[in-house]
Amino acid sequence: MIEVQGVSKRFGTTQVLTDISAVFHKGKVNQIIGKSGSGKSVLAKCIVGLHEPDQGKVLYEGRSFHDMGREEKTGIRQEIGMLFQGSALFDSMTVLQNVMFPLQMFSKASKSEMEDRAHTCLERVNIKDKDGLYPAELSGGMQKRVGIARAIAMNPKYLFCDEPNSGLDPQTSILIDDLIKEITEEFHTTTIVITHDMNSVMETGENIIFIHEGRKWWQGSREQLLNSDNKELNAFIFASGLMRQVKKAMTGKA
Amino acid sequence: MGVITHIGRYFLLLKETFSSPERTSVYWRRILEEMDLLGVKSVGIVALLSLFMGAVITIQTKTNIDSPLIQTWVVGFATRQSTILEFSPTIIALILAGKVGSNIAAEIGSMRVKEQIDALDIMGVNSAGYLILPKIIASMLINPFLVMVSMFLSIFGGYVAGTATGIISASDYLQGIQTGFIPYHVTYALIKTVVFAFIIATVSAYQGYYTRGGTREVGISSTKAVVYSDVVILISNYALTQLLLI
Repeated sequence: MIEVQGVSKRFGTTQVLTDISAVFHKGKVNQIIGKSGSGKSVLAKCIVGLHEPDQGKVLYEGRSFHDMGREEKTGIRQEIGMLFQGSALFDSMTVLQNVMFPLQMFSKASKSEMEDRAHTCLERVNIKDKDGLYPAELSGGMQKRVGIARAIAMNPKYLFCDEPNSGLDPQTSILIDDLIKEITEEFHTTTIVITHDMNSVMETGENIIFIHEGRKWWQGSREQLLNSDNKELNAFIFASGLMRQVKKAMTGKA
Repeated sequence: MGVITHIGRYFLLLKETFSSPERTSVYWRRILEEMDLLGVKSVGIVALLSLFMGAVITIQTKTNIDSPLIQTWVVGFATRQSTILEFSPTIIALILAGKVGSNIAAEIGSMRVKEQIDALDIMGVNSAGYLILPKIIASMLINPFLVMVSMFLSIFGGYVAGTATGIISASDYLQGIQTGFIPYHVTYALIKTVVFAFIIATVSAYQGYYTRGGTREVGISSTKAVVYSDVVILISNYALTQLLLI
């Protein structure tokens, strides 16, 4: 479980996050949603330790991340898997080398054991016979899947996905959503997905946090989402044409 | 951002870079790769430059000291001294700042804008150490070798140009390059080379590591890496010369 307590963050004169508190549950797909520029990515970066909050704490299983020593932080980071918006695969490494990379840095396994583990992860995300290809030779969807394979190579306790569907066609988006959901159940990870894709929210979201203008405006399940009377949240939801149809179909109201 | 802030951030990055590596074997492999990329692949340009540099020094020296009071072997002597003391360590360092420095800044800068450095940090890898330390060690190990090659080829280039154009005989040139040889001058040149290698690797890596934006900013970082490396090399060249030769 990850808990965020009163996190605020400012860049220069711009207040990006204000007093955000939230709990992200283990074994569930937790989603941070909001418009572009709402502060959701900054919140995620504060959680993974790429940004230091000006105020507040991020607790991993009750332990404050920012109060930890260097070694303890490194230990936590080895338990984090992250899928980046642009996949962030290493350009000069092949698919297999990318997935093996965290194992080479931190595992004491032999080379053949690392290769076996990397192949298992690649098979888990349905990538076969692409070991020797470079990221630039893969499609966007495949790059995301390799990114997931790299993220799960070290059996993470926490999985972060930053805009996992951005730039993907609807069919591939569904595949990636399903994969994130399955991996969360299989590895029992605390998964945090940052997205503004409402289709993805309705597909996988179990604990949804809505960020607006750097503040937490709403938190709940996807069932509660449809019945929320939060004005800003509804404006965000209704910006999606598909969601208008879903709500109309479920509630009879436009 | 002010100069003092940049200097402070540069030293903080160095502190991060030199903190203990996660997996020494991975770092050793990367050092060998970097030695190939930054050093071995620069042999061609260094060889070409040095040959012509030596040839030009010889011809210019001869045309400038065309006096009956000065013996001809002085041309060989001047070529050797200029090459060892200044041209090979400093000019080659400036050339490498252009070739290797821009390469380092572009590589690390691209990794920054594509979030690959964030990926390393989140995995728990010391990104500064993993990316920069092998480049520093590789440059400091391979650049003295490049400069030795440069010294030899520059003096050889002078010999070829001098004898081929007939401005100096082979025996006079060989006498000149052997006269008054002080081995410490080679040591001085190699000390300078090692310092310049450190400057090229760290200043360029600093520019790349703190790139913000996109591909245009990566280009700007590359340019800054070359310019600032050159400026720091020239300043430290003066400081080292005063420190080691006077």
